[in-house]
Formats: sequence, structure tokens, C-alpha cells
Amino acid sequence: MKRTLLSLALGTAVSLAGISAASAGTLDDVKAKGFIQCGVSQGLIGFSNPDDKNNWTGLDVDFCRAVAGAVFGDGQKVKFTPLSAKERFTALQSGEVDILSRNTTWTMGRDTSLGLVFAGVTYYDGQGFMVKKSLGVDSSLKLDGASVCTQTGTTTELNLADYFRANNMKYEVVAFEKADEVIAAYDSGRCDVFTTDQSGLYAERLKLKNPDENVVLPEIISKEPLGPVVRQGDDAWFNVVKWTYFALLNAEEAGVTAANAGDMMANSTDPGVRRLLGVEGDFGKAIGLENSWAANAIKAVGNYGEMFDRNVGPETNLKIGRGVNALWNKGGIQYAPPVR
Amino acid sequence: MSVTTGVDGPPKVAFFNDPKVRAIGIQAILIAVLLFFGWQIIQNTLANLEKANIASGWGFLDTAAGFDLSFTLIPYSESSTYGRAITVGILNTILVAFCGIITATIIGFLVGVMRLSKNWLVSKVAEIYIEVMRNVPLLIQMFIWYKVVLAALPSPRSAWSIADTIFLSNRGITIPKFIWGDGAWMIAVAVIAAIIGIVILSKWAHKRQEATGEQFPVFLTSLGILIGLPLLTYLALGSPVEFEFPEQGNFNLRGGVGLVPEFAALYFALSIYTAAFIAEIVRSGILAVNKGQTEASYALGLRPGPALRLVVIPQAMRVIIPPLASQYLNLTKNSSLAVAIGFPELVAAGGTVMNQSGQAVEIIAIWMAVYLTISLLTSAFMNWFNNRMKLVER
Repeated sequence: MKRTLLSLALGTAVSLAGISAASAGTLDDVKAKGFIQCGVSQGLIGFSNPDDKNNWTGLDVDFCRAVAGAVFGDGQKVKFTPLSAKERFTALQSGEVDILSRNTTWTMGRDTSLGLVFAGVTYYDGQGFMVKKSLGVDSSLKLDGASVCTQTGTTTELNLADYFRANNMKYEVVAFEKADEVIAAYDSGRCDVFTTDQSGLYAERLKLKNPDENVVLPEIISKEPLGPVVRQGDDAWFNVVKWTYFALLNAEEAGVTAANAGDMMANSTDPGVRRLLGVEGDFGKAIGLENSWAANAIKAVGNYGEMFDRNVGPETNLKIGRGVNALWNKGGIQYAPPVR
Repeated sequence: MSVTTGVDGPPKVAFFNDPKVRAIGIQAILIAVLLFFGWQIIQNTLANLEKANIASGWGFLDTAAGFDLSFTLIPYSESSTYGRAITVGILNTILVAFCGIITATIIGFLVGVMRLSKNWLVSKVAEIYIEVMRNVPLLIQMFIWYKVVLAALPSPRSAWSIADTIFLSNRGITIPKFIWGDGAWMIAVAVIAAIIGIVILSKWAHKRQEATGEQFPVFLTSLGILIGLPLLTYLALGSPVEFEFPEQGNFNLRGGVGLVPEFAALYFALSIYTAAFIAEIVRSGILAVNKGQTEASYALGLRPGPALRLVVIPQAMRVIIPPLASQYLNLTKNSSLAVAIGFPELVAAGGTVMNQSGQAVEIIAIWMAVYLTISLLTSAFMNWFNNRMKLVER
């Protein structure tokens, strides 16, 4: 019972005065141990998914690699801990992971009462529904009386209850702890409907026996801003994570890519790019890193656009367009403060 | 008698060297240290939770939960509180443990006796059952049952039905719902009256048999009373109970009351797994009874059935009950594995609350307290039962 152990670990950790997780500087700890422990999902295609050789890929995974690039100049200095939705916050609170990058929705409750803070939004998502085509349903408003499979301990199960109540519809919920159990139950006919974040629906659909016999309904019923989480009260580490995210966005905006970052460092005359890549100014030192921190992060995983396209974009199996995740000057809402 | 006569009295010792004072003193100090240690842990935990900005305290139990649970014995909706969600979990745990214990005991006794049968086939079947069931991990059995239940049953649109009243599909069993009308409480009174009547009857029959040796068909008469009395009341009141029959809806059956397949899988797995252990306990209990007892009862003219029932098993119970209690406790605690198949018992429901509210320490404390309470109550009952079944020495 890993979850119980985690919770006990939390209990013990908070019981021992002085060893409390929040009091130690995560940045120093990470530098001392030489790698970042990154909490990810137990397998969600496009976000964090291991292959048969335990190589992790995905947007959330790449974000951790970017942070590792910024801290160590090497994107491979990351170890991944797969966590269920239920385990994730306890794992971060107890110090088992340094950063939680696991398609986790930013909500006020989580931001304020768990001793954690969200460092940014790496993917703007929303909750949707998937049903079997044979049911002949074309709108989630026609789901009255349906059985719905979902994952326990998520915002999804709360939105689900809200949505059906708001629309005066009845439903039966079947909640499992692991995403794989949810999708297996849906596939075996236990439920009529599978619900999670829409990106997750497209990703999980690929795991079904007959993906083409299932359809994602058009409605989006919630806002699900997904982003990395760190412990509250550890500002140095929070800054590193937050500004790594901003650096990836700024890089896309300025046209810096994994391929041309080295070249731009040497030759670019654009002062914005020179500051971002650490050629001018001491911005890296200000957050306790090398001045080339952003350049190293970009070299590790590319800019935000490259990361998006490689993992979830139109060329991948998920075929998700940029939509609201495009930069602010391209019609989306991804926006980063300048490096200045 | 004088105390101060000198040589015979105990020698006078210093107060702190008195063994009695010492024994009590040391224990008192130990308890004080333990209490202080526990208090320190609690204080430290609270202080550190506050330092880490993690909310703590019991106030969250009154907050609206906002999520739904698939199987509840008491009215529950997403606007109910976290506290109620946990109560639902506790009741579900008790329900599955209660049903599981009864079924496991029945199967266990049957298989245990079968294992000792002189019939080669019967004893081999029992042996294979025991060896397979107790050597395959419970969690795997649970998954197998769940897959079997889901795979074997049809979708709700083509549900199997018995006369359009009881429906069976991969959404579970749906039966008509009772809607209690005026005066329906009289039926409940009739059931209680029937039970009291049965107790009195069996006492009377026992006394009569001891006095005259005449037997009375207690079982059949009791069954008659138990069914007949409520039925007569029901008819006399003019059928005050109405039924709400389930009918086909868009997705699921509408109306009626249902039992979800997750419960079925959990119940089967727990009963069948624990029954294998109980069977071995029963076998050991029966074998512990001296063979002379069986031979003596045969010599008195008892057939094998009554000999087993009236002579061997009552003596075997002394050996059976203590380990049986452990099995009951195991079954109750094993029900927490249901978290893997999505049945909202205590650990699953509490885990959801833990995640939605973030109050890990409090939920763990509730889990421990509830399991401890259920286990201690079960133990207390089994100890009482054990005392009753003790050999009465005359």
C-alpha cells in the first residue's frame, strides 16, 4: 500500500522537528544529490509515459528535463516517480519528489491548503466525455442516467458531480484509483461514459481495444489549467521552476530552438535573446544558477512550441492543435513576463 | 495478633525499596513517559503541519464533499459532507465484512468437513479448492472475479431478467424497490415478534427433550413462523407495500434498487478466499477431537451425521473458534483491497476524501480508529462466543 506508506512517511516527516521538508532548500538539496526527482503520472500518452525500456516521454516529462537542463546543464539528470492521482500531493509534501509535473489541475484549494504552490500552466485543458459510438449520443447533455467511469481523487470527479447536478441529470459514478483501471472498466462495458481532461481522453482512447468505435463529445465542462507544483515556502526552488517555464515560452516567442540556441548565443544581436540566453546580464545568478540556465534548458528539450509539437501536437498520434495553448501573439493565452 | 512481635514480621525496609511501591512506581513512570512521548508527537506534527502551510484539524468533516459514490446504504449526494462520505465507507466495509464472514463460515465448514470425507472424490475436490484458493493472492482473485463478472454479464440494454422484475447486467443486479405505505411498520413488528417466538419455542423444545426425550421439529416450525407471521400481517393490513419495478432507461435500468458488480466481486473473492483457511481450521478442529468420541457415539447408535453434529463439532469448536476469530479479522481488513476494483468501502471513500481535502494525517487516523474498533468488537464477540462454547465441566 504505497499510498498509506507515503502518508505515514508524511506523518513521520512532519513529526520530526527540524527535518521538515519545507525548511530545507530544495535547490541546494537537488544540486547536492545531482539529479531532480520528478513526480509524473503512471502512464498518460503525450504527457508522461514510459516505453518498454523505461524511457519516459511527454510534455510533463520534458518540463522536468528542462528544469534539469537549467540546473545541471544536462536534461538527463532526472529520475521519475510514477504517482497515482491520490498519491501525488502527499509525495510532494513529504519530500519524496522535488517537483510534481503530472497533469495536475491548478485550483484554489490545492494552491492554498496543501502547503504547495503551482509554478505555471504548461497546458490549458478542459474536461470532456468519451462514449461508444454505438450509443448514438452526440452531446453530453443527453447523458441522463448513464454510468460514468472516472479516476478518484481528481478535479474530474468533482466537475462531473457539478455538471450533472447543474443540468439536473442523474448518473452513476464508478471511481478507480488508477487511470488504467478506469480505462479497462470503460472498455469492458462497465460504464457508458469515460471522463477526464480532454487531452487525456485522446491519449487514453489510443489504449482501447477499438479506438475508432469511441467518440469524444464536443462539450468541455471545466477549466483545467495543468502545471508543475512545488512545495510552498521554498522560494528559490519555486523561482527556478517558474522561470524555466517562462524561459521556454520566451524562447518560442523569440524563435530560439534546441537546434539554434548555441548559434544564437554566439551570434544573436537581439538584446532580448542575449539576456534570455545569459550572454548579457546576471539573471541566472539571481536564481542561483549558471547564467546559461535558459540556454541549457532550451538545448535539453527545445522551446515550448517544440515540446508541444513533439509530444501532443498535430504530427503525433494525439493530433491536438495549439488552440488556447498557442502564444499570446498567435491567438492563444500562453504568456511569459520578459527576462529583464 | 500483634504486628510488632519482632523476628516473624517482615523486616522493615525503606519506602523506595518496597517491591510493591517499586513495581507500581516504575509502571507509572513508564506510562507517563509514553504519554509524554505521544503528546510530543502530536504537538510536533501539528506545529510542523502549520509550518508547512498544510491545513489540519477536523473541521473539514463538515465541508461539502462534491463527489459521488457508486454504492451507499444511507442517503448520500455530492452535496453531503466529507464526514458522511466516510460514514458511507464505514457502512460499506461493515456490510461486505458481515456478508463475507457469514458466507466464508458456511463454505469453510462445508469444505472442511468434505476434506475429511471417506469419499475420495469429495475429499479431493475439497483439497484442490483449499490449495488453489489459499495460494493465489487475494488481490488477483478479486481482479479475476471482477473481470469474470463484467465479461459474463450482458450490457444493460440486453439485461437478463426474471419476469421483468429482477434484472442482471454488467451494471449489477437490480431488484424492485419497496415503497413502504401506511402501517407497514407493523410488518417489522411482526418479524421481531416471530424471532422472539422462535427463541421461546426452541427453549421449550430443548427443555421438553431433556425431560421426556421427545424431539420437536424446531427448524421447520421456526421457518413457518418467520415467513408466516409477517405474511399474514401484510395481508391483514391490505398489502401496504408497493413495488417500484426497474425498467429500461436510455443507458441503465431506471428505478428499483441495485447491487453493483464491484460489491459482488469483492464479496465473492473475500468469502471464497477466507473459506479456504476456515476449512483447514475446521479440519484441524475435528481432527483434534479424540477418535474415541466418534467411536463412542457410533457405539451409542448415532449415525455419522448426528455423530458429527452432536458430538464431534461441539468439541471441535473449542479448537476452531480462536483461529476463526483471526480469520474474521483478516477478512474485514482485507476488504480494504476493494480500492483496486472501485468499491467505495472505508479505504476507497476515505482515500477520495483525503485527496480532495488534503487532510492526510486525519484520514489515516480515522482509518486506524475505525479498523481498530471493528476488530476489537469482532474479537470481543468471538471471545464471548468462545466462553459460551467452552467445555462445561459438571
